[in-house]
Amino acid sequence: MDAIVLQILNGLDKGGAYALIALGLTLIFGTLGVVNFAHGALFMLGAFCAVAFNKLIGLEQVVVDPTKTTAWGTPLETRVPYIEVWLGDTGTTMLNYSVPLSIAFAIPVMLLVGYVMERGLIRHFYKRPHAEQILVTFGLAIVLQEIIKTYFGANPIPQSAPDMVRGAMDLGIWIGFDPGTVVYPQWRIVYLFFSLSVIGGVFAFLQFTTFGMVVRAGMADRETVGLLGINIERRFTLVFAVAAVVAGLAGVMYTPILPPDYHMGMDFLVLSFVVVVVGGMGSLPGAVSAGFLLGILQSFASMNEVKTILPGIDQIIIYLVAVIILLVRPRGLMGRKGVMET
Amino acid sequence: MMTKISPRSDLLMLVLFTAAILTMPIWLAPIGAGYPDLLQKFAIFGLFALGFNLLFGLTGYLSFGHAAFLGIGSYAAVWSFKLLGMNPIPALLFSVVFSSLFAVAIGYISLRRSGIYFSILTLAFAQMSYNLAYSVLTPITNGETGLRVLQSDPRLFDSSSEASGPLISNLFGIEMTGYSGFYFCAVLLIIGFYISQRIFRSPFGMMLRAVKSNQNRMSYTGLNTRPYTLAAFVISGTFAGVAGSLLAVTDPLAGAERMQWTASGEVVLMTILGGAGTLLGPILGAGLIKYFENIFSAYNEQTLHAIFSFLPDFMEGAVVSLASLFVGEGWHLTLGLLFMVIVIFLPGGIMEGFNRITKLFRRRPSRVGKRAGHSHSPASANAAE
Repeated sequence: MDAIVLQILNGLDKGGAYALIALGLTLIFGTLGVVNFAHGALFMLGAFCAVAFNKLIGLEQVVVDPTKTTAWGTPLETRVPYIEVWLGDTGTTMLNYSVPLSIAFAIPVMLLVGYVMERGLIRHFYKRPHAEQILVTFGLAIVLQEIIKTYFGANPIPQSAPDMVRGAMDLGIWIGFDPGTVVYPQWRIVYLFFSLSVIGGVFAFLQFTTFGMVVRAGMADRETVGLLGINIERRFTLVFAVAAVVAGLAGVMYTPILPPDYHMGMDFLVLSFVVVVVGGMGSLPGAVSAGFLLGILQSFASMNEVKTILPGIDQIIIYLVAVIILLVRPRGLMGRKGVMET
Repeated sequence: MMTKISPRSDLLMLVLFTAAILTMPIWLAPIGAGYPDLLQKFAIFGLFALGFNLLFGLTGYLSFGHAAFLGIGSYAAVWSFKLLGMNPIPALLFSVVFSSLFAVAIGYISLRRSGIYFSILTLAFAQMSYNLAYSVLTPITNGETGLRVLQSDPRLFDSSSEASGPLISNLFGIEMTGYSGFYFCAVLLIIGFYISQRIFRSPFGMMLRAVKSNQNRMSYTGLNTRPYTLAAFVISGTFAGVAGSLLAVTDPLAGAERMQWTASGEVVLMTILGGAGTLLGPILGAGLIKYFENIFSAYNEQTLHAIFSFLPDFMEGAVVSLASLFVGEGWHLTLGLLFMVIVIFLPGGIMEGFNRITKLFRRRPSRVGKRAGHSHSPASANAAE
């Protein structure tokens, strides 16, 4: 029983990342009708926003202390980050919380990236066939990841979670298991709640604001909304930017779990596409629930008990589920009628 | 190029193509591509792209998992070397059998859906094969190390040879390296080209094009399109399998990374770059990409300094540092940009570019009426090339 709970928890954080990326993909697909293969690259860009922010606030001042010498006889150099010199303890705290703080840095960056991408490239591909949309965004993804590789190198750059939530937590005792059975890293819990709140935020934005109402109307019938004198394209541009921010934030917060490297986006993209298809193309709740569902399924499949019965199942479970879903429920779990059914 | 297609013009095209391929070592030498390793790559990836084009170019089904067949072909060929000896003929047969079997299975399932779903299904199958080859199937694929032929393997037909050197595939005594390896690949490429030419001109090819232009209408007329698309998928997968086995013939080693989806993306790019749906385009695209990959990734800072040394010093530094982003390790950046530029400005690929240029020269007032008919359907004009 405790093993099952642990596997569900394990699946939830990965599922959170899948859900956030799939949510963005679905938003873009539902509004603009564009299949965005560069969405994984946006996730990766978000992760590297955290890396860049960490580097930025970690810039160090070198102080040479002539009175002391090192063991080699050279004057002792101490390196102190500027931010600690200027802000004292506040600076130390900021360094410690660099990953959550970089959210504030990532949001404007990702908004800008999303806006430029939509206006500069995607806009010209609304009317072109899906195959060409896939190809051009695939090319863009390669370009983005190569640029990141040039500046940050090819090796993963580990980021650390704040001290307060770095350890593991014994969740088991809260729900009545023996101590030490369900031990779970705290940051992953933070990630889970973070992804849930971002998802909640996006849904609230679409459900309760006038802007969101117009966007939903545009998703349902773009032409009619246009006839009512609303410039739907401009709103869709913003939706694209929001989707980019969602993917970026998913990436920022994922850095302490998985050290970011330049091709992490591609790995997540393929899986997120599968998630979107399983959830149902164009269905936001479908994307989110399929994200969590597949995350959990994957973590169950990687249990040793399962692996001894079906070796290798952990490697292919997601794809297998996608194949089965596509064949028996072509519309996906929650796909709407008439949206990309062929 | 856009003149009427007759059996005679086809024959002429085939003869010219054969001559061009076989003399490649001569006419590619001046641009620094006249050495066997690269020529082999041209022929092998040309065949791969040719096969991909039979599916994507004719039916419009965009498969994002074609590299799986390349990998399966490679593994089958290496296993044939291990079991039967280093002759490439059984290796080819092995890979044809295995890749077509896999293509039937994958195609049967994937072709139930079309459009983006088809792309994702094929991608899913390719990723599954890749992941399995890395993990559970290690006894068959030798995992990360890659599958290679060992001296201790049974090799039924040539185990008696006591040669202790590296094991090289040989066709009845001719070693499949260097130029002989290239000519072996070239002959298969020419055969592949002939087959694809025949498919393009056949009623079957016409049916596939009809599927591309409007599948619904085909179904309304009471025609079941699936056997046709499945046949195209299997033929195309078999081409990929043969290309994979040629990779193993020229270098008896097979690794799982050949099945990764970036490899699938590469063949898509080759086909698009050359011109999907044209006969020669994919081969041209494959050649160009392999050529530039070779040239660009060989450059480094020193060679760049040598090239730009004519510039004044302050400019040289800037130009070199800018250019070094795109060469060597950064070759993929160039590839990505090329991909985008082609898709944005020239979706029909290089062949469309050629057609546009020839049209420019042919513009005569007396032919306006005729041209108007053509310009209605640039795609079909392209395909008829």
